[in-house]
Amino acid sequence: MAGESMRDVMIEARRPPNAHRGVVKWLQRNLFNGPINSVVSVITIGVLLWALWPFVQWALIQADWLGDSRQACSGEGACWVFISARFESIIYGFYPEAARWRVDIVFALMAGLLAWLAIPRIPGKRWAAIIAVIGFPIAAYVLLLGGHFGLMHVSTRNWGGLMLTLTVATIGIVGSLPIGIILALGRRSNMPLVRAVSVVFIEFWRGVPLITVLFMASVMLPLFVPTEVEFDKLLRALVGIMLFWSAYMAEVIRGGLQAIPSGQDEAGKALGLGYWHRMGLIVLPQALKLVIPGIVNTFIALFKDTSLVLIIGLFDLLAIIRAGLTDSDWLGFATEGYVFAALVFWVFCFSMSRYSQYIEKRLQTGHTN
Amino acid sequence: MSQATATSHGDTPMIEMTGLNKWYGDFHVLRDIDLTVKRGERIVVCGPSGSGKSTLIRCINHLETHQQGEIVVNGVPMTQDVKRIEQIRRNVGMVFQHFNLFPHLSVLENCCLSQTWVQKKPRADAEKTAMEYLERVQIADQAYKYPGQLSGGQQQRVAIARALCMRPEVMLFDEPTSALDPEMIKEVLDVMVELAREGMTMLCVTHEMGFAKTVADRVIFMDQGQIIEEAPPETFFNNPRSERTKLFLSQILGH
Repeated sequence: MAGESMRDVMIEARRPPNAHRGVVKWLQRNLFNGPINSVVSVITIGVLLWALWPFVQWALIQADWLGDSRQACSGEGACWVFISARFESIIYGFYPEAARWRVDIVFALMAGLLAWLAIPRIPGKRWAAIIAVIGFPIAAYVLLLGGHFGLMHVSTRNWGGLMLTLTVATIGIVGSLPIGIILALGRRSNMPLVRAVSVVFIEFWRGVPLITVLFMASVMLPLFVPTEVEFDKLLRALVGIMLFWSAYMAEVIRGGLQAIPSGQDEAGKALGLGYWHRMGLIVLPQALKLVIPGIVNTFIALFKDTSLVLIIGLFDLLAIIRAGLTDSDWLGFATEGYVFAALVFWVFCFSMSRYSQYIEKRLQTGHTN
Repeated sequence: MSQATATSHGDTPMIEMTGLNKWYGDFHVLRDIDLTVKRGERIVVCGPSGSGKSTLIRCINHLETHQQGEIVVNGVPMTQDVKRIEQIRRNVGMVFQHFNLFPHLSVLENCCLSQTWVQKKPRADAEKTAMEYLERVQIADQAYKYPGQLSGGQQQRVAIARALCMRPEVMLFDEPTSALDPEMIKEVLDVMVELAREGMTMLCVTHEMGFAKTVADRVIFMDQGQIIEEAPPETFFNNPRSERTKLFLSQILGH
């Protein structure tokens, strides 16, 4: 018998054994499946409670939520009245009250467009993209700046708060991605001049701190151009931020381009496709998908670094909260202010992170070669 | 020798290479290659690895640039001009060792891509052509799957269909079965034999000597960047003249 066997009835495929379900089972299997694991679990939970409980108590349990002046603050926990009393200025900055409805419309348009683009079930993505790229910027420009169609002109000096943060972040994100793509392609180009220009551009902007860029844009630039030409300070900051981050974006995307096997480009060539078709239809879709984590990482860094515009006198979300701290009625509420600013930044950044993970899963096309 | 189908193109050869030389840096990969491929001719190129056979066929659609000599494809002389190169590539289909399907596109989209963007065909026409060729390589039922969901043999058949969708006048095969599991080699070779029977001009780099015996009009043996021997399969396998060829054949047929 040894060494010989024969099967004449094939084994039918069976279902895997049932996984244990339920909270208690889960806890047993994952946290308390043995003495060492149980001790580690108890200690970890203990440390977490010990570290976080005072904060929870301060921020939630003993906090003051209602009221409209400092008198509402008991002083035992956080006093969120500081935030609610200044909520309008945190959102709109110094935007004239009578015109704030225009900002609201832009917010609503943006939220609507984002939902349209981001939720796969809603049809008409092509239209959404066209509106987002062409219609929305024009509408936002006209509405926010005014001066046309009988709308009161609102100088960018009065822009501020969350509205300014979102403006800078959106334009920075939307601008840096395509410029980054062009730079990344340029750096891999066969044409020496294109390659050289791309390398110099990327290395210059990547080698300079963003603060320097912003200072240069706001302080130095006016010294070099004739006084009649007056660039808007916000516009200068926007261009600086866009170029600065496009250099980072270019390197992230270049990483993706390098990961695509040369066979992909060759197959495109063999089919007679030209350079832009090969890049746009074959190489970039794969490369960009591959570096979604890196791209979103750059978006998140960009979003948070918009707060640096405060050093050139623009009042973004963080700057407007800081300005509130110097209000003589509200001295001593710095912690509340910073915690709230952190929370707002975190909500936006975390949303981007989650959405990118969702997109990564959605773009998965089975096992890749 | 060959049953060259004399068409309106007359007797212009499909591919004409004269005095072709290529270097990688200082390394002389292709040395004084002269090769003419007639319309409808099936040629198998073999030789040890590193002998320059892949490089040779990759020069035909300019995936590799040669430094000396001339290549004329279907009457069009190869130059450095991008438009000219793309014009030549539209007439030349290529199948790669590693398939090189586009993993982010479905099988059908793989086959429609260049029809839509290079030939500017309407979507419906492109899909119709694609389904026709997928049918011919017997994989139409997988049209909506992604390449990553198919076996190697299936992927290679899709790659052949994708190349055929452009209705090329000549097909280049660069070791099409070398990356396949043994049980899948036959399904790909069957498609290639079928294609040869239909009169397609073919240039195949392959180690499948059975295939060479069945369909080739000529077998070309290369070593160290040069063409050592060129003969119809019967002569090539039964009475090779060169010592190198004999050694090569004894090594690959020896077991």
